[in-house]
Amino acid sequence: MTSEEGRGADAAAIDVAYVARLARIDLTPEEQARFQRQLDEVVAYVRKIREPDTSGIEPTAHAVAVRNVFRDDAPRPGLDRGEVMANAPAVVQGLFRVPQIVE
Amino acid sequence: MDYIPSIGLEVHVQLRTRSKLFCGCGTRYGAEPNSQVCPVCLGYPGTLPVVNREAVRLTVVTGLMVGSEISPYSKFDRKSYFYPDMPKNFQISQYDRPLCLGGAVAIDVEGASRPIPLKRIHLEEDTAKNTHFEGFSGVDFNRAGVPLMEIVSEPEMHSPEEAFAFLQALKEILLYAGVSDCNLEQGNVRCDVNCSVRPAGSKALGVKTEIKNRNTFREVLHALRHEIARQVGVLEAGGAVGQETLRWDVAAGVTVGMRSKEYAHDYRYFPEPDLLPVALPRAWVEDWRAALPEPPRARRARLAREYGLPEYDAGVLTADPRSADFFEAAARLSPNPKAVSNWIMTEMQRLLAERSLAPSDARITPRALADLVALVDGGTLGSTGAREVFAVLFAEGGDPARIVAERGMAQVSDAGEMGALADRVIAENEAAAADYRKGKQAALQRLVGQVMRLSGGRANPRVVAGLLRERLK
Ligand SMILES: [Zn+2]
Repeated sequence: MTSEEGRGADAAAIDVAYVARLARIDLTPEEQARFQRQLDEVVAYVRKIREPDTSGIEPTAHAVAVRNVFRDDAPRPGLDRGEVMANAPAVVQGLFRVPQIVE
Repeated sequence: MDYIPSIGLEVHVQLRTRSKLFCGCGTRYGAEPNSQVCPVCLGYPGTLPVVNREAVRLTVVTGLMVGSEISPYSKFDRKSYFYPDMPKNFQISQYDRPLCLGGAVAIDVEGASRPIPLKRIHLEEDTAKNTHFEGFSGVDFNRAGVPLMEIVSEPEMHSPEEAFAFLQALKEILLYAGVSDCNLEQGNVRCDVNCSVRPAGSKALGVKTEIKNRNTFREVLHALRHEIARQVGVLEAGGAVGQETLRWDVAAGVTVGMRSKEYAHDYRYFPEPDLLPVALPRAWVEDWRAALPEPPRARRARLAREYGLPEYDAGVLTADPRSADFFEAAARLSPNPKAVSNWIMTEMQRLLAERSLAPSDARITPRALADLVALVDGGTLGSTGAREVFAVLFAEGGDPARIVAERGMAQVSDAGEMGALADRVIAENEAAAADYRKGKQAALQRLVGQVMRLSGGRANPRVVAGLLRERLK
């Protein structure tokens, strides 16, 4: 199956340009085309899941038939701050420094 | 033309838990930045969230307090968006199966009571806190993953004052239920406001705008007053209100468009695969229901009825359940509940406010307040002395009778000692004495004042007035 057929036949196809815009990722036209091709192939593969007849089967939010898994409200120490901030690209006053956030 | 505003609120409430919603990190406010974090709340790949049972209980308790239906089946969903305060690039929230559905919060506006219906109450994780610098921002993840309950009202408030009353009534309920500290300064309660106006007589709602993230109820009130006037202005001028997201500029007192909302959003909700659905056993919900506290409105009515308090007193006392608890504990020990109420509403609240303390921080006990009222009613203490004793009790605790004895503050009612002072004052103030004999009541007060002064403030003014009257007959 070609990627074009895959997209045409499936409304749930991934629009790479749109998703990249949502995720604030700049893609070159070449990257966009390449990722589109690759993701279309992935979607076409996953679409096999549509083949079984599921009419009359109640939808579920989870594949495991277990409910009510909770933990007690007991605090425990987290990570060492040095360890946490070691992963920050830049630090300002103990904060992760990031590009200016607009409100 | 008359316009009718329609206002809906989304209130985000930080729940009173010791640990976060999906991990064991602490929730203490004011901790060093990024000191209450772990791989789960920092969004590291491969980590797994587990739901905090207490956060679910507090949300359901809130629902029970406002008469929501508790969903027999509920689940969590991922809400995708990209923003530096959300490390996973999605927030775990609840989309189509919230924990609570419906319910209402009753408000009193202009003497009439009205229920404001709720759409839903759901549970989600809070985001990180951003700090803005010149040209860049900083992120503290201590708040990321803290349990946040979102209460969504129907757009059925019709004035900024109704929205304000709703928030106050809701805060009282949350305090009574013990589900949140409702500390506005610490951002425990944050509010998104949506608002539209329509010409009177028209059925369809107008185009609504949303004002994001207000921290104080006053800000909501002021932002709404401004926004309603703005929308009416646009319509009057023949224009159309655009659907947009606004923020309230506190300093300028205007609503302005939010630049971040110019970006496309597509939350792409889907069921959170790392969490299992919640189907609360009926017995749990019934246990929680059985343990609900008396709601604030019911308590207000009961205090007025049981203790013979004016409505106003009952309202002030019940605004904070801790004040109401203190009142009831003291009033049960006193034959004069109104005096107990006066002390709490005036001296106690003033001292608490001056020192930014909670009612539980005061050292005075209900027993001591009841005893103090008895000392005043029995004539042992005058009003000035009683205030002094109260201040000592407030700061240090103790027994009022002992404080009075130790400090020699008891009023002197002894007729012999006071009689001598009265004789002396009459002799030294012949003019005033003559005035009183001629029928000038005010002259007596001058004489009482003189005796009080000579006694060093310890004389009982009622006894003194009686002694003077006897002598001036
Ligand atoms: Zn954590």
